[in-house]
Amino acid sequence: MSLRIVVTVKYVPDATGDRHFAEDLTVDRDDVDGLLSELDEYAVEQALQIKEAADDDAEITVLTVGPEDAKDALRKALSMGADKAVHVEDDDLHGTDALGTSLVLAKALEHVGYDLVVSGMASTDGGMGVVPAMLAERLGVPQVTLLSEVKVEDGKVTGRRDGDAASEQLEASLPAVVSVTDQSGEARYPSFKGIMAAKKKPVESLDLSDLGLEAEEVGLEGAWTKVDEATERPARTAGTVVKDEGEGGKQLAEFLAGQKFI
Amino acid sequence: MAEVLVYVDHVDGAVRKPTLELLTLARRIGEPVAVHLGAGADAAAAVLGEYGAVKVLAADASEFADYLVAPKVDALEAAYNAVSPAAVLLPSSAEGKEIAARLAVRIGSGIITDAVDLEAGAEGPVATQSVFAASYSTKSRVTKGTPVITVKPNSAAPEAAQAAGTVEQLAVAFGEKSTGTKVVSRTPRESTGRPELTEAAIVVSGGRGVNGAENFSIIEALADSLGAAVGASRAAVDAGWYPHTNQVGQTGKSVSPQLYIAAGISGAIQHRAGMQTSKTIVAVNKDAEAPIFDLVDYGVVGDLFEVVPQLTDEVKTRKG
Repeated sequence: MSLRIVVTVKYVPDATGDRHFAEDLTVDRDDVDGLLSELDEYAVEQALQIKEAADDDAEITVLTVGPEDAKDALRKALSMGADKAVHVEDDDLHGTDALGTSLVLAKALEHVGYDLVVSGMASTDGGMGVVPAMLAERLGVPQVTLLSEVKVEDGKVTGRRDGDAASEQLEASLPAVVSVTDQSGEARYPSFKGIMAAKKKPVESLDLSDLGLEAEEVGLEGAWTKVDEATERPARTAGTVVKDEGEGGKQLAEFLAGQKFI
Repeated sequence: MAEVLVYVDHVDGAVRKPTLELLTLARRIGEPVAVHLGAGADAAAAVLGEYGAVKVLAADASEFADYLVAPKVDALEAAYNAVSPAAVLLPSSAEGKEIAARLAVRIGSGIITDAVDLEAGAEGPVATQSVFAASYSTKSRVTKGTPVITVKPNSAAPEAAQAAGTVEQLAVAFGEKSTGTKVVSRTPRESTGRPELTEAAIVVSGGRGVNGAENFSIIEALADSLGAAVGASRAAVDAGWYPHTNQVGQTGKSVSPQLYIAAGISGAIQHRAGMQTSKTIVAVNKDAEAPIFDLVDYGVVGDLFEVVPQLTDEVKTRKG
């Protein structure tokens, strides 16, 4: 029996660029280059490793919700080795919040079919880290999240979750939703062969009607939250910078004492 | 007055500081009702009452420890049904955010995470967030259902306000699907005796410039002289010099202490995303061009192996 792995990925504005809000207080995506969220590369990598370790054959579908340009994120995942891609694209999706995104992803996962969903720990833009838990809740399947190590065997997923207070060993039966951290293992670079092969891999496009969703359930209008104000922080005023001439530590202590930290 | 549910973060009834901050913020929008899951509710109740909890809804069951997250969502949902609150507040820890996420789906409510401030508004609570590596500050609110909001540590100074803090048992029915993820084993992290990174008033972090695991003792010595937590940049963590649980930045912890000291950290955007909301920022770096110096209140261009030990000695001397 074939293992159906679906990796959810996000196309995000490059964090090293100058990010801004658009007039409707959604993220301005026109001014900044986008890319596959770095934390999702770890999810793609773990999916590839699970596939490589599978006794039975496994198939990896990479799934995204986003505008036309989000295809770039899918292509990147395909060039790393995913088998096919699904792109949920609809003008009415503009401004969808985390709850809305999890709704669309859950519908798409049911449409595509899955045994294992693999996500990154968070997006590198919103950074909420809530979508994997929301997916588990919506799909009614176990949540095995924030794993730094993951293994799939005999219809079970096991993994290690490193929390602040303890390190936990987790276990759940498939189907399940997994998320992996940046400690799970360095993501591979696409090979030239992979990049060429990706061009020929199928990308299925779905819109809201394909998923049985109405426009008012998603997008800015359907959002469960509203941003009323976005203010650019004033740049920090330049502080004092001194060159160490042998007394740098003492000068710093003087500053800290002046600020009542000592 | 409307009730506000506050999820209690505790270790066997020892309430952690972020919960006291939540109670303080909750009082701005209503009457705090604490939800205490696991052992130690009676011990916790005294402190929770001191900080304004009118009631403590308590439930203890092995499911909370034996399975991941979902049983706690069952309990919080039971509390939500018992109280019909104006808002639900949780700490912005990894688990707090996951519980919040699932509760929001279940009760059909909007969710805001990582709030750094909270105030009452005409249309419900207004949450301030710091976004795009802290280059923007936003004000948001939940427009559907009961606001579920997670708040970052150090977002408010805990203020005592004595209330009854009466413990009431909360009946929880665990869903069949809530026991799907077993916690097979749990290895407690060895305590360093230092404050928790995300909660600490002072954080001392080391980066690439520390140049080796063995040299982190210099960073630790400074931290200990100041009663601070120790952080590390991603470069230092990836090199294996310090544990990932101490990583400050976009893929690690986001900290907002009173004082942040960066030693040997250049200040890439990913690191700045995790520390830029710190109140006072200090850096020591050999490279005068390092971007971290754009953020600092006080910076020393110099060798951290000279400057940091001198600072540590000076702190010790001044503290006598």
